[in-house]
Amino acid sequence: MATTHASASAEPTRRDFLFIATGAAGAVGLAATIWPFISQMAPDAATIAAGAPVDFDLSPVAEGQIVKLFWRGKLIFVRHRTAAEIKAAQDTDVTSLRDPEADSARVKPGKDQWLIVYGNCTHLGCVPLGNEGAFHGWQCPCHGSVFDTSGRIRQGPAPINLPVPPYAFTSDKAIRIG
Amino acid sequence: MSGHSTYEPKSAVGKWFESRLPIMGLIHSSFVVFPNPRNLNYFWTFGGILAFMLVAQIITGVVLAMHYTAHADMAFNSVELIMRDVNYGWMLRYLHANGASMFFIAVYVHIFRGLYYGSYKAPREVLWILGVIIFLLMMATAFMGYVLPWGQMSFWGATVITNLFSAIPGVGEVIVSYLWGGYSVSNPTLNRFFSLHYLLPFMIAGVVVLHIWALHVPGSNNPSGIEKKTDKDVLPFHPYFTVKDAFALCCFLMVYVWFAFYIPNFLGHADNYIEANAAVTPSHIVPEWYFLPFYAILRAIPDKLLGVLAMFGSIAIMVVVPWLDTSKVRSGSYRPVFQIFFWLFAINAVILGWLGSKPPEGMYVVASRICTVYYFAYYILVLPLLGLFETPKSLPASIADSVLGKGGSGSAMASGAASSPSTKG
Amino acid sequence: MKSIKTLIAVVALAGLASGAAFAQSHEREIPPRVTWSFSGPFGTYDETQLQRGFKVFHEVCSNCHSLNKIAFRTLAEHGGPGFSKEQVTALAATFKVKDGPNDAGEMFERPARPADFWPAPFPNKQAAAAANGGAAPPDFSVIAKARTYERGFPWFVFDIFTQYQEQGVDYIASLLPGYEEAPAGVTVPDGKYYNKYFPGNIIAMPPPLQDGAVTYLKGADGKPQAPETVQQYAKDVSAFLMWAAEPHMEQRKEIAFRVLVFLLVFAGLLYFTKKKIWANVEGHA
Repeated sequence: MATTHASASAEPTRRDFLFIATGAAGAVGLAATIWPFISQMAPDAATIAAGAPVDFDLSPVAEGQIVKLFWRGKLIFVRHRTAAEIKAAQDTDVTSLRDPEADSARVKPGKDQWLIVYGNCTHLGCVPLGNEGAFHGWQCPCHGSVFDTSGRIRQGPAPINLPVPPYAFTSDKAIRIG
Repeated sequence: MSGHSTYEPKSAVGKWFESRLPIMGLIHSSFVVFPNPRNLNYFWTFGGILAFMLVAQIITGVVLAMHYTAHADMAFNSVELIMRDVNYGWMLRYLHANGASMFFIAVYVHIFRGLYYGSYKAPREVLWILGVIIFLLMMATAFMGYVLPWGQMSFWGATVITNLFSAIPGVGEVIVSYLWGGYSVSNPTLNRFFSLHYLLPFMIAGVVVLHIWALHVPGSNNPSGIEKKTDKDVLPFHPYFTVKDAFALCCFLMVYVWFAFYIPNFLGHADNYIEANAAVTPSHIVPEWYFLPFYAILRAIPDKLLGVLAMFGSIAIMVVVPWLDTSKVRSGSYRPVFQIFFWLFAINAVILGWLGSKPPEGMYVVASRICTVYYFAYYILVLPLLGLFETPKSLPASIADSVLGKGGSGSAMASGAASSPSTKG
Repeated sequence: MKSIKTLIAVVALAGLASGAAFAQSHEREIPPRVTWSFSGPFGTYDETQLQRGFKVFHEVCSNCHSLNKIAFRTLAEHGGPGFSKEQVTALAATFKVKDGPNDAGEMFERPARPADFWPAPFPNKQAAAAANGGAAPPDFSVIAKARTYERGFPWFVFDIFTQYQEQGVDYIASLLPGYEEAPAGVTVPDGKYYNKYFPGNIIAMPPPLQDGAVTYLKGADGKPQAPETVQQYAKDVSAFLMWAAEPHMEQRKEIAFRVLVFLLVFAGLLYFTKKKIWANVEGHA
């Protein structure tokens, strides 16, 4: 026995290789077995399919109105901004913001009146109330985050601006979200 | 679960069985002849009360699961069917819902008893850490259970808490979508929460076995904090402590019954009688009362990631308490300065709970921050420094001496019993 | 020792005082307390009041509000309004419910049976919202438990002992007659109304009750059982909604008393057993 141990510690032998290969094979098998049990937690095929892009007609949304719609179970605000709201959003000093982002980066070029943002507070996911708060954008009823008319965080605990979902104008008055 | 069993089966069948599986001997040595310090006060009955509550929750829960439907479209209605049509369904549900609160009242008394009498100190560190793990599992179980009725507070509570994980840099969003099984809290979320809510209590039961095992190695701590030395210091578990625990449990059950039968919705939220609606946030999202102190800590910090870390840290820090407390004296009864900080800590915890139920604005935020600072300072500053500077009172020579009034003064705990951290938001 | 306790008491008192000061900051019109037959540990529903309340619900509220979780049969159950089985069967038959499909594969309507649930006035939430100016009238099944107002510190502590838990019905009973002219400076949008008890005060529901709108059964003296006023209607329908939300309350409180008496006796026995067992231990009472 003593000689076996001595040789094992000195240099790799064929036996060491066998042990390592067996251990590695076991580890691979275990990982492969565990993976389905982790992966099943992810959104399933039907959920992903239901999350395909959606079309939305903007023409019924009156100026000053905020419309809520759902995409992928997430709330989206479509806001038809008034001239005053656009001006307030554009005149803000970007450098003073917690999450600096110009208003022009949050709307499509030439479509300043349409603000499309996710409708869940970036703090903990509540639904902010429209036209409320010090900046007349949104205010979250849960923990008091205040958003401006560009959906940017101005006060309260939310770390970032209301994100802009992926969307594109398919015509002058219609968008496709997704 | 320690020591040699003196159990001798009387019948031939008993002898035959015992020689093959000595379980009766184990029970006999652990819960019949086990030597307990004779001076245990009524705060030591809460371990038994907690064991009872765990069993009660499992039994009422298993029965409720026979009538409940874990589906986003049907869960709310199935709970109402339990309340209206199932024989004694209203009783089972109210017992289960209020049982969770009673479980937490008992566990908070149990934890504060441990903090006061230094039950976490060597050689009981592992026992204490197992307790922290049980506490965490209880919180996870209670949180997921509260989601099951699929009311507004269920839904939005789930949204808020699962979103905590999105604060993890890089992988946060992926983890959250794996928790949800979708792009928001939805039917898959409810289903997996039901599955886990059913599983976790049995994991708690498993850790409880380890907790009792670890307890029975050194035996119970006691109000004097002095280890048992001779037979004069101890009494057998049965009948002395079985009857005492039974009496305490009976008194506890009266409180439980008062809540579950007379004011069953007192500890709940009216909003949870409104079915979950993803498009409407309740004006004020509040977790169950037993989470409020931790919720207040979360909201006291304006940064999301730091807030989440502080909240989890407020529980995680309990793991290292055995090493933060430098005092040579175990029991708070002999530490006059410690007592001041301890009771401030207890009051602080109650105030944090109350602040957690308040909207996060103005003075409430300021107060939450002050209380959060004290919460952590108690662990990080007070416990390490106090042990170095405090002059404790003289200790009695033994447990028996402390009972018979030789040296040292008795416990101050009883006078503060009303300050246990059981408040409602 | 004494100084420690004093210090703790001072801190606790300061906490309480600041708590009370905080509590003042969130004011809204607090609904006045109503004396209910079902409050307290021995409270029971007043059958005639529930029947009157049911009449108000049936003739007024049910035009817009659903009562989805209540089956007709439950109106005849013990601890409720106390209608007879025949009355309930006859009542159910006045409603049509959708059933099917039949052998031809078509849905059809048939008269409701006691086993059926109270039919909703609108086919779905969107239809309900569209017919009511955009705000869907909420379902009434558990509304008495789904509404409340904040009691604040320290009142919620006292409520544990007084068993005051009628915040929801108190609120409903004061909301229904709570309409008034908006104070100066408050603009009420078209199609909305001002109600001093509604959170935010602007409510979409028009004043639902008028004096004399519902005719109550006459008593032996030829007069109605109760005044046919908005206040009385509001109380009666609130009581009915409390029953709808908590139909087994009477049974619950009866069992509570028996269990508590049992536990009290059992605790007494255990206490003296414990004393007896510990009597021979030196240093213990």
